Amino acid sequence: MRGRGVEFEGRAWLFGDGISTDHIAPGRYFHLRSNLNELAKHVLEDAREDFAKNVQPGDIVVGGRNFGQGSSREHAPTIIKLAGVSAVIARSIARIFFRNCINVGLPVIICDTSGIAEGDILAIDLEKGLIEDKTRKLKIAFSPLPPVMTRILRDGGLVPHILKHGDFSIGT
Amino acid sequence: MGQTLAEKILSRHEGKGVKPGQFILAHVDWTLMQDGTGPLTVRQFEALGKDHLKDPARCLVFLDHAAPSPRRELSNDHHFLREFCEKTGAILNEVGDGVCHQLVAERHIAPAQVLFGADSHTCTAGAFGAYATGMGSTDVAVAMALGKTWLRVPETIHILLRGILQEGISGKDVILTLIGKLGADGANYQALEFGGSGLEGLDMESRLTIANMAVESGAKCGLFPSDEITRAYLEDQGREEAYVPVTPDEDAVYAREIAVDLDTIVPQVACPHTVDNVFPVDAPEVPKGPVQQVVIGTCTNGRVSDFAAAAKILQGRQRHPGTRLLIVPSSRRVLKALMEKNLLEVFLAAGATFVTPGCGPCVGVHAGALGDGERCLSTQNRNFKGRMGNPNAEIYLASPLTAAATAIEGKIADPRKFL
Ligand code: SF4
Repeated sequence: MRGRGVEFEGRAWLFGDGISTDHIAPGRYFHLRSNLNELAKHVLEDAREDFAKNVQPGDIVVGGRNFGQGSSREHAPTIIKLAGVSAVIARSIARIFFRNCINVGLPVIICDTSGIAEGDILAIDLEKGLIEDKTRKLKIAFSPLPPVMTRILRDGGLVPHILKHGDFSIGT
Repeated sequence: MGQTLAEKILSRHEGKGVKPGQFILAHVDWTLMQDGTGPLTVRQFEALGKDHLKDPARCLVFLDHAAPSPRRELSNDHHFLREFCEKTGAILNEVGDGVCHQLVAERHIAPAQVLFGADSHTCTAGAFGAYATGMGSTDVAVAMALGKTWLRVPETIHILLRGILQEGISGKDVILTLIGKLGADGANYQALEFGGSGLEGLDMESRLTIANMAVESGAKCGLFPSDEITRAYLEDQGREEAYVPVTPDEDAVYAREIAVDLDTIVPQVACPHTVDNVFPVDAPEVPKGPVQQVVIGTCTNGRVSDFAAAAKILQGRQRHPGTRLLIVPSSRRVLKALMEKNLLEVFLAAGATFVTPGCGPCVGVHAGALGDGERCLSTQNRNFKGRMGNPNAEIYLASPLTAAATAIEGKIADPRKFL
């Protein structure tokens, strides 16, 4: 089954290794956590100051190693999503950040990002497990997500998933 | 086939054998949220259309990150959480009670239990042999409502501890050494399990420090088997009945094994801006320049033995005039013990400042935010850029002993010369 939102295209924003949740949602904006739209104005501010002002709907965040390391603050993937980002892809992704992305309905991919340059146009097919860097004519394969995560992501996140099925609806 | 601690606890808990790599719906004994993650957790809980908790007496709410609140938005968040507790019967821990992970260790967790917390350092409770792991607000909201959430059973890295620590070396130096070896993503999606003869020399407070920082290697949890030391600690808290033995099978299968010789460990410092950027205290990579702030406390190193070790060095000495020294007990109970053991006096005489039991300056919300270009040495667990409220500052991580020595000298110093 190929649902909506499985294939999409966007422009790459490049980030380095070890981007932490403190880069994404800095502690000095702790008081904005109950005001996510305001907090989103500072998304990734400590990694790239130009990001929050210029990010366009559909853009893709491309990270290096261990993207999203650090705190469990779900505000981090939530404000990346609120900023209009369509997916986060990185060489490796910290565990809590990874599951938070799934739970808030933000596509997340682990793959070799070394060939991707700033501003490249990326076409992603989540189910085939393929990224095409259209600018560089480069194909990057990745392992599609396990079925449990695909299910939750396709429902739009864990809360919509539970609301839709009345409970978990994942074969374990 | 033999089971690791993680597999054993989850299997026992689910009433059926689980295997690494398998996805399960894991049932939970305890859930936890704090004032930074709590409001979103409560909103997600409400979005599920639920009005009652699966087990209110085991849903813990902590006001610790912004305690006392430095501004009205956060006071309102506190108010929101208090109302939630009143409505649902969740257990409220007020401003000044202490840091969530410390209070969990003092009052609640028992070996072989399962805890999902909306805080990444929930893994601290692994010191008791509990499957305790950090998750996001939505996960915890769902666990509060349904009593379970999804989980991938982790593979386990076996950390084999041998020998005994030298004087002036602590659990913090052990975990910093290990994170330096593993790297910040070296244990991603896996569990750390500590074993070996070296366990006998590690008291519960050292184990709590080590388990606390398991997440800094990417691990889901940092698990210790429960033993006589665990039992005695629970007994000391008046919770002896909570003790359950839990150990891995002798033929457990591990993803890999790493041996750590405790005898050879020297004081360690994690340099900016990643926790795995670790060097021995006297390495050339560790700067010799001035340190403007030293922090002793937080959920990593804010316990009685941490302060006792620091006080031994600070006894009869003064902080350097250019260095602020902040003392942050991890709980009210710890603060009381400092008073009873006459340690408050030592710190006051050394020129220290006291911060309310809680997170203190660790996450940059209040009470000790750094100035531009400042250098701080803290006993906390993270040194990410911006962590203590200012991306133009540097954070170094070390043990309470190294922190005390640094406060005296005004630059990063080896504690062993003060012993
Ligand atoms: S003391 Fe620091 S690491 Fe521990 S819970 Fe508080 S903010 Fe988090």
